Order: sequence, then structure tokens, then C-alpha cells
Amino acid sequence: MHLVLEVDTEKAVESTIERISQEMRSFLKNEHIRHVGLNRINGSRISVELQGQENIDKFQKLLDKEFKDLRILSRSTHNEILTMILDLPDKESSQIKKLATEQALETIRNRIDQFGVSEPDIRQQGEKRILVQLPGIKDTKRAKDLIGRTALLEFKLVDETHDLNSALQGNVPPGSEVLYGIKEDPETRRVIKTPYLITKRTLLTGAQLTDAKVQIDSQYNEPYVSINFDKKGGRDFERITGANVKKRLAIVLDNKVYSAPVIQEKISGGQARITGRFTTEEARDLAIALRAGALPAPVNILEERTVGPSLGTDSIRKGLISMCVGGILVILFMIVYYRGSGLIADIALLLNIILIAGGLAGFQATLTLPGIAGIILTIGMAVDANVLIFERIREEMSIGKTPRAAVDAGFDRATLTILDANVTTLIAALVLFQFGTGPVKGFAVTLSLGVLSSLFTALILSRLIFDYFLVKRKSKSLSI
Amino acid sequence: MQFIKPDININFVSKRNIAFFISLSMILVSIASLLIHKGPRYGIDFAGGTLIQVKFSTPTSPAKIKSGLATIDLAKSSVQQFGEASDNEYLIRTNISIMTSEGFSSKVQKALEASTGTEVEIRRVEMVGPQVGKDLREKALFAMFFALLFITIYISGRFELKWVLSGVMAGALMGAVYLLSVFHVSVPYLILAALIVTLLLFWFLELKYAMGAIVALIHDVTITVGIFSILDKEFTLPIIAALLTIIGYSLNDTIIVFDRIRENSRKYHKNPLEFIINRSVNETLSRTLLTSGTTLVVVLALFMLGGGIIHDFAFAMMIGIIVGTYSSIYVASPILLAWQGRGRKK
Repeated sequence: MHLVLEVDTEKAVESTIERISQEMRSFLKNEHIRHVGLNRINGSRISVELQGQENIDKFQKLLDKEFKDLRILSRSTHNEILTMILDLPDKESSQIKKLATEQALETIRNRIDQFGVSEPDIRQQGEKRILVQLPGIKDTKRAKDLIGRTALLEFKLVDETHDLNSALQGNVPPGSEVLYGIKEDPETRRVIKTPYLITKRTLLTGAQLTDAKVQIDSQYNEPYVSINFDKKGGRDFERITGANVKKRLAIVLDNKVYSAPVIQEKISGGQARITGRFTTEEARDLAIALRAGALPAPVNILEERTVGPSLGTDSIRKGLISMCVGGILVILFMIVYYRGSGLIADIALLLNIILIAGGLAGFQATLTLPGIAGIILTIGMAVDANVLIFERIREEMSIGKTPRAAVDAGFDRATLTILDANVTTLIAALVLFQFGTGPVKGFAVTLSLGVLSSLFTALILSRLIFDYFLVKRKSKSLSI
Repeated sequence: MQFIKPDININFVSKRNIAFFISLSMILVSIASLLIHKGPRYGIDFAGGTLIQVKFSTPTSPAKIKSGLATIDLAKSSVQQFGEASDNEYLIRTNISIMTSEGFSSKVQKALEASTGTEVEIRRVEMVGPQVGKDLREKALFAMFFALLFITIYISGRFELKWVLSGVMAGALMGAVYLLSVFHVSVPYLILAALIVTLLLFWFLELKYAMGAIVALIHDVTITVGIFSILDKEFTLPIIAALLTIIGYSLNDTIIVFDRIRENSRKYHKNPLEFIINRSVNETLSRTLLTSGTTLVVVLALFMLGGGIIHDFAFAMMIGIIVGTYSSIYVASPILLAWQGRGRKK
């Protein structure tokens, strides 16, 4: 399975701004700074409306003290109300975007590790794309769900001071939002959406989890996910539950409410459970996602290719057979046309292919169809190099030179030509590598490897073999 | 054993007008076909969309497949037979990038099994978002253009010692293209315009060897793409790889001939250029035909035994090798003569 994912880095910036606006709201409340409006606008900007010089001064002080990182985009006064629009400076937001992609990469890698795929290939492509290749996946849907889910776990309080119904009709009080719990009734298989009015402020997130395990509830025989918080998380959890006894705490996953139990008493020990009528598989996948961590931003699937196993083996088999047949024909031809020297060329060719294969394995590059194209070109050019040399040698011998002198002259004359041709191809390959994406890059890699190895085998290796026969063994004639 | 006698002497150069005529007409036919079909028939790699390869256990008909697809909202897809008739394999293509939702392939499988009444095996599913396709097209074009420019510098330098001149020209072109691309000028037209400007610059700056090589390359690529367009074959990523291979191959051929021309220019400097070119082409003929022949053999094996995707790829390679060999002899070298008329008039 081959996936290209794109990290929605814009959303990462947005959620940071959202978090900051929540913090700002609680600061304003604690410092008794009255404001007329505090909203997130245009995705990643905060708009604050203040009235009264005292409030404005206090707010300015607050900005300088706690929110130094924010950038003031504009201030305008209208009817005695000062409106300030704030956002993050470019350096900050590009840093967030960069981190978002890196984190997403790590998280996805963790998830796939735990899913248990042999030899996964996960790498970053450009600024915000991630390439994932998973060989041998049978259940592609499950893999995609696991990779793509944001898995942002948040604990928020249910807003019981305001009216749920009026919120549903559009009067959402500031600082709260309407979230839904989505459950599938196992008998009727109908999806039931239950609305909740939730206070926006996140009290605790999944970042503080140390572990998530699947357990079976002994009473109902249903699987649930048991989570453990770290020390700080545990203390926070204790504090939150202690301060909100008898209130409902909503467990929100990816903006969906999983459950909203009433807090009976202060809970210490940092343990909680997430229930929700899971199947064992769903529970297991949720535990994996929670353990590996939340994705900092949503990911979209840009490209997906699944090659069924039968086609995969078929293609490999057919490709290999045709290459072998072609290769054998070339080898035979060389021997027939150039006799003994042809054999030397064949040895060079075989070594060439081994070198390329080794290089590919060393670089951990996947062999794609474009890669095969590169190999074919290399074989063609390698044969070419040898042909160039042999033709020269034949020419020299027809003028009357001895075999040794002919070989020397042949190699000398041909080297320059071979170098020119191969360097030009190498330039092309390097440019392609630089600018190309994915498969084009693969082609460039195979081509570069091929050029270098054919230079080596044609110029150095064949020469060595010739020299061995002519100098060491002192052959008087040349089979060419 | 030798195919070509060492003292062969075919007068290639004298035939260059006929060759020019043939080449020009082939190129015009290719361009005409491309215009008629409104560009090459892009596969999903470039246009975005979804592709499904299915195999049936008994023969069936596209009509039955289409009716099955209609039941799952895929009535607008194209269905095409794939591979050998005995394989019973079909390719289903739609330009909707179905964000492969809940069990898409099993949905397709069930629908097809219901409408055709035989067992269905989903061999391959590919989905490419439209943005990725566009990105790929643009990047591929940029890569090829910049590669051409770098090659120009090297060739002009090695064969005519015009390193600086070609370097400056290439640098300026690269800068201009890059700048314009940042301003969201449509990439395909931009590259086309840049190519034309490049060729004009070659002519005026008298970068003869580079001109010969690049024109031969453009000739090869255009004709290959044209033939694909005429036969209505699909243009996918592997085909691009084939094109790149052909470029590399043709370039290799051309340089070998140029090298001999350069060597013979020194040896026979008293003789006219026509004679030198003829001699060089004749001398390298044996080698040219041999290399093309051996590579063609390998590609032929791929063509006949390789199966589905490799088949199309091998086909492109075959055209490319044949046309490439032809262009090295009849296009690249005679271009070197193009400046002669101008030279004498001075």
C-alpha cells in the first residue's frame, strides 16, 4: 500500500491560536479585565474588543507580560471600543508548521510500528507531505484509519450552566461549543448523534498519557481502553476531579464526545477509562493511537495506490523473466560478434548489474518501473561503451598494430568519448534527481548508479582483464 | 564477425534535405494529433483520478461492467480491456479522486460480481488527488528543461569551448523561467516559450553542437509523444520514465557522433565540413547500429514478455530508440552545417 499524506499545517497554526485565545480568556477573567468580545477570526487571528481606558491599559500590560510572542496586526477605535487584532509572526507560524510535519511523521511512524508491519517505509516529502509505503497490508481500510485519525484526546467540562437547546438553535455562549457523541447502535446499526454543550477550555490532553491498554469490563464483557497519566497529568487529573465533583467531565476524542460521566469524587492515581461500545479491534486501534500520540494537525490522503498481492508477484515475475531473456540474448550476441573480447564485455556487464543492484540495496531504494527503465538504459550504455572500445581496437588492428598496442590505443581513444557521453547523462540524472518527485527521483538514482558503475566496469575492469591476458599471459593474438 | 565493412561510405549528408522533410512532416503530424486530442491523454498520475484493475475468472463484457459500476455511482467511468484477451482484465478509470472511503474496493467488487455473475479479483487500486497530478506535471517539465540547459553548457564547452557564453545564457534562462513560474504563469506554456527562446539563442550565439543535440532530443520526444497520441495510448508516469530514458539514449548517440566529428575536424581540417561529417557518421555507423540493436533486443523482450504496464513502457522505448538512432544520423549532424551559408556570406 502506497500513501502520500499531506499535513494540514494551517490547522496546526489555527489550533495553537485557539489554545492561546483560551489562555487569554482565562487570564482576562482572573485579572478582572472586562472585555466586550474575544474571538478567533479568519482561522488564525484573535480579535479582542475592549472598552474603558482602565481595561485597555491592563490588557496592554497583560500582552506585554504573558503574550509577548503575539504580533499586533491592527488597532482601531470605533465608538469608544478599541478593537485589536493579533496573530503569530511569520517566523513563529512557519516554525509551528515545520514542527507539525515532523511530529506527524514521528507519530505516524510510531503508530505503524505498533500496528506491526514488516519493512514499512515512511519518509517526509518536501515541506508538508509524508510518503508511507506498507508492503503486504491486507486490511487497507484499517491501516488508513489508524494512520489518518488525529487522535486528539481532550478532557473538557460539560457546560451545565447554559441551555443546550438554545445553543442548538444557534445561541452558543462564548467559551463553549456544541459537540456530538456518535454511537452506532449494535442492533439497529443506526448512527445516533447526541449533542452536548461543552466548555471549550481543555483541562487535560492526551499528551499527558503514559499508557493506554485494552481491558475487558467484567460486568458487561465489553472491551474498553484504560489510560494512565504521567505524574503531572495525574496531579492535574486529581485537581480537576476534586474541583468539579458532581459535574460532568466529557472525554472528547477528535472533537467527538465518547462519554461524559459524572465525577463522583476526587480521583487520584492517574487512571481513567474510556468506554464506548468498542469492538476489540476498535479498542486496540484506539489504544495504539493514544499511545503513539496525537497528530498535531489533520492529514489528508493525496495519493493512494494499492497493488494486490497477486499482481505484485505477477509483475515481478514477468519483469524479471523479460529482463533475463533480453540479457541472455545480448550476452550471446556479444560473444558471437566479438568472440573472446565479447566474453570480457559480458563479464563487465554482469558485474555492472550486480553493482547497481548492490547500490540500490545500499540506498534502500525501492525498485519501481522507472527504476527498471534506468537499468535498461544503463545496460544499453554499458554495452555501448564496450562496443566503442572494441570497434576502436579493431580499427587500430586493421592499421597493423600489435594486439597490445591496439588495445592501448583503443582504450585511450575511446575513453574521452565514453567520458563525454556518460558525464552528459550524469548531469541529466542529477538535475532530475534534484527536481523530480518520487518515481522520477528513483529513475535518476538508478541512472546515476548505472552511469558510474558502467564507467568503472568498461574503463577499468575490462582493461584489467585485457591486460591480464596480453601482459601476464603474453598472448600473441586477440580474439575480437 | 562484422556487419558493417570498415570502408563503408554512404553519403548521408547529401540526403539531408529528404531527411529534413521526413522529420518535419513527422513532427507536424505529431503536433497535429496532439492539438486534435487536446494534449496527450494523461493518465491519473498527471490528471488525478482513480484507477482500478480488475480480473474476472470468466470472460465478460464492458457493458456488464458498466452497469455494475452504475449501481455504485461510477457510471461516468471508462472501462478498457487490459493485457491479453485471455486474461479477462479490465481497467476502470474515473476522474473523481475517490477519497478511498469505507471499503471502496469491496464495494466495487460486490457490485461487479452482482452485475457480471463471475468472481472478481481487484488487482490494483490507485488514487491520485488532482493537486498531486498537477504538481507532478509541472515538476517533470521543469526538471527536463533545466537538464537540457545544463547539458547545453557541457556540450558547448566540450565541443566548442564556449563554456562562459553558454553558461551565461543558461543562467539567464533558468533565472527567467524560475521568476516567471513564481508569478504563476502557466507552466507548460512557459516551458514551451522558454524552449523556443533557447533555440533562437542557440542560432544567434552560434552554439552549433548544442543546437544539434537539443534539436535532435526535441525531435525524438515530440515524435514519441505524437505516436502515443495518434494511437490514443495513455500517458502515465512510467511513460515519462521511458521518455527520460530515450533522451538519455539519444543524447548518448549524438555525443558519440559529435565526438568523432570533433576528432576528424582536426584530422581532416583541410576538407570541407560536409566531408568530415560524412566520414564521422560512417565511422560510427557500426557502433551506432550495434548499440541500438542490442538495447532494442532487451526492450523487445520486455515488450513481448513483460505484461501490462511494462508493455506500454517498452513500446515507448522502442519508438524512442529507433527514432533516436535516426535523429543522431540525420538530424543532429546536418544541423552543424546550417551555419555554413551564413558564414560564407560574411
